[in-house]
Amino acid sequence: MTRSRSAAIVVVAMAVLLLGAVLASALLGQLPVTPAEVGQTILRALGVPLPAGDPVIEGALQVVRFPRILLTLLVGAALAVAGVAMQAVFGNPLAEPGVVGISAGAAFGAGIAIALGLSGFGIWTTAVFAFLGALGAAAVVYLVARSQGRTEVVTLLLTGIAVNAFAGAGLALMLFLADSGSREQIVFWQLGSMSGSRWPEVGIVAAITVITGIGLLLQHRRYDLLALGERGARHLGVDVERLRVVTIVGVALLTGAAVAFCGIISFVGLVVPHLIRMMIGPGHRGLILASAVGGALLLTVADLLARTLVTGADLPIGMLTSLVGGPFFFWLLYRQRRRSGGWA
Amino acid sequence: MIRGSAITLRRGGRSVLEGIDLDLVGGEVLALVGPNGAGKSSLLGVLAGEFVPEVGVVELDGRPIGSYSNAELARRRAVLTQEYTVTFPFLVREIVAMGRAPWARRPEADGDDEIIEASMAETDVARFALRRTTELSGGERARVALARVLAQRTSIVLLDEPTAALDLGHQEQVMLLARRLADGGRAVGVVLHDLSLAAAYADRIALLHEGRLIAIGAPAEVLTAERVGAVYETPVRVVEIDGVPVVVPIRH
Repeated sequence: MTRSRSAAIVVVAMAVLLLGAVLASALLGQLPVTPAEVGQTILRALGVPLPAGDPVIEGALQVVRFPRILLTLLVGAALAVAGVAMQAVFGNPLAEPGVVGISAGAAFGAGIAIALGLSGFGIWTTAVFAFLGALGAAAVVYLVARSQGRTEVVTLLLTGIAVNAFAGAGLALMLFLADSGSREQIVFWQLGSMSGSRWPEVGIVAAITVITGIGLLLQHRRYDLLALGERGARHLGVDVERLRVVTIVGVALLTGAAVAFCGIISFVGLVVPHLIRMMIGPGHRGLILASAVGGALLLTVADLLARTLVTGADLPIGMLTSLVGGPFFFWLLYRQRRRSGGWA
Repeated sequence: MIRGSAITLRRGGRSVLEGIDLDLVGGEVLALVGPNGAGKSSLLGVLAGEFVPEVGVVELDGRPIGSYSNAELARRRAVLTQEYTVTFPFLVREIVAMGRAPWARRPEADGDDEIIEASMAETDVARFALRRTTELSGGERARVALARVLAQRTSIVLLDEPTAALDLGHQEQVMLLARRLADGGRAVGVVLHDLSLAAAYADRIALLHEGRLIAIGAPAEVLTAERVGAVYETPVRVVEIDGVPVVVPIRH
């Protein structure tokens, strides 16, 4: 079977699973809802004149569950695509926004905005600062860790440690400076959570994810060529400098948007692209598309678990993804060390 | 064609190339030879438009090479570097197809499939077209990279030690290929270590030493025992076999 056909099959299969996960997310939770009620609420929201259902259920779906589900799948897609783009420009399958500290940079930026009560950009101040923090961290990692177009695993991880440590300390400082209300808000970030998702946030994350995602998808051919190394790509006509800038800004946008509203959710950008690559190969057109769907699926399932595993509690989703992603990362690292320089 | 005049290149405060004049014209194989660190790869990089010399000019088809965009350059010259690593497990055919990237969305792209197949056949990699490049041996990867360069179908082909990782048979095959490209009207610049191989296949040999062009011309003119012995600091004997000079170190 050709790789492009298997890519199509994987995307469709995951999209079906995603639909199932979304439906399950709408039905399950503290407030049990029937499929009919979900359908009725959606149709009424779309303007179909149906008789009003139970106002409590409709309210819960419209105000709490729907925005949360949408935000979850958008953030999952954003993080997975950011992971793919980073791995392409770093020439290293271990590059990931969480691991190298871009998420921490975004959290630091957001922390500054909250702790100091900044409001220069209205309700989007936190998001703007998260983006700036992500951009700063991404630029630092990129400048420090890269040499000759590929980044050695050790260099990448050491740089990640340094950036994470610095951003972590910065965030701690913000915690120290903040009043108790802001402090609580910041703490919830570090753990990562999808609770408290609202429609305006869904809107902005959707806009950023879709536009940036398409922007990065358009680079797919160039990312493929980058696998030949920086010189090889340049010899084939790629403007490598421009590609890097576009990618770093794109990754910062995706990560910043995700972190600003949902906190640090690590390893999605690592686990998803890796599994997809094993299934459909490394070609970036299929990889970016499938990773977007896969990321949405993974995070939707994770959030469903976060909401339902412990009755009456909403577990931090970032904690869940790290519990799964951490061991996975170890396994990847182990495999790569064993192959000594094999970049598969 | 490429014309370089008075090329001087410095890297890391050290002069790598010093006042080199060199042309590369269609229909010829020009071999760049010289000891390690003589500046062969740097010169190839300058001719490829990749390194910008501090002094001197490089012109490609009459225009300064710096005035071409990356994409324009990629349709005029192909470069084989010594770096064959591929970051992700692309299939061999996918890698060769990357050589067609500069021609995407142009009329030339119509022939992509035939060109890719032909390039793989010429470099003897068609047998493992559907294997992952990450699973190949060094020599196999080198040939895949060469197939990619061929698939680019440019009028100028620059090869940096294309034979370094290859066995005897594949070395000859690659140089025959370079010869055929030149006979077809293309300009082929190739860095080689094996002087006898250079003598057998090149129209002209450029001998570099410590960044300077010591001699350039037909193999028999350039490869004299005295000159080669002095440049490589090793006594050699140059014998002629079938009309081609063969360089043999004198071993006691």
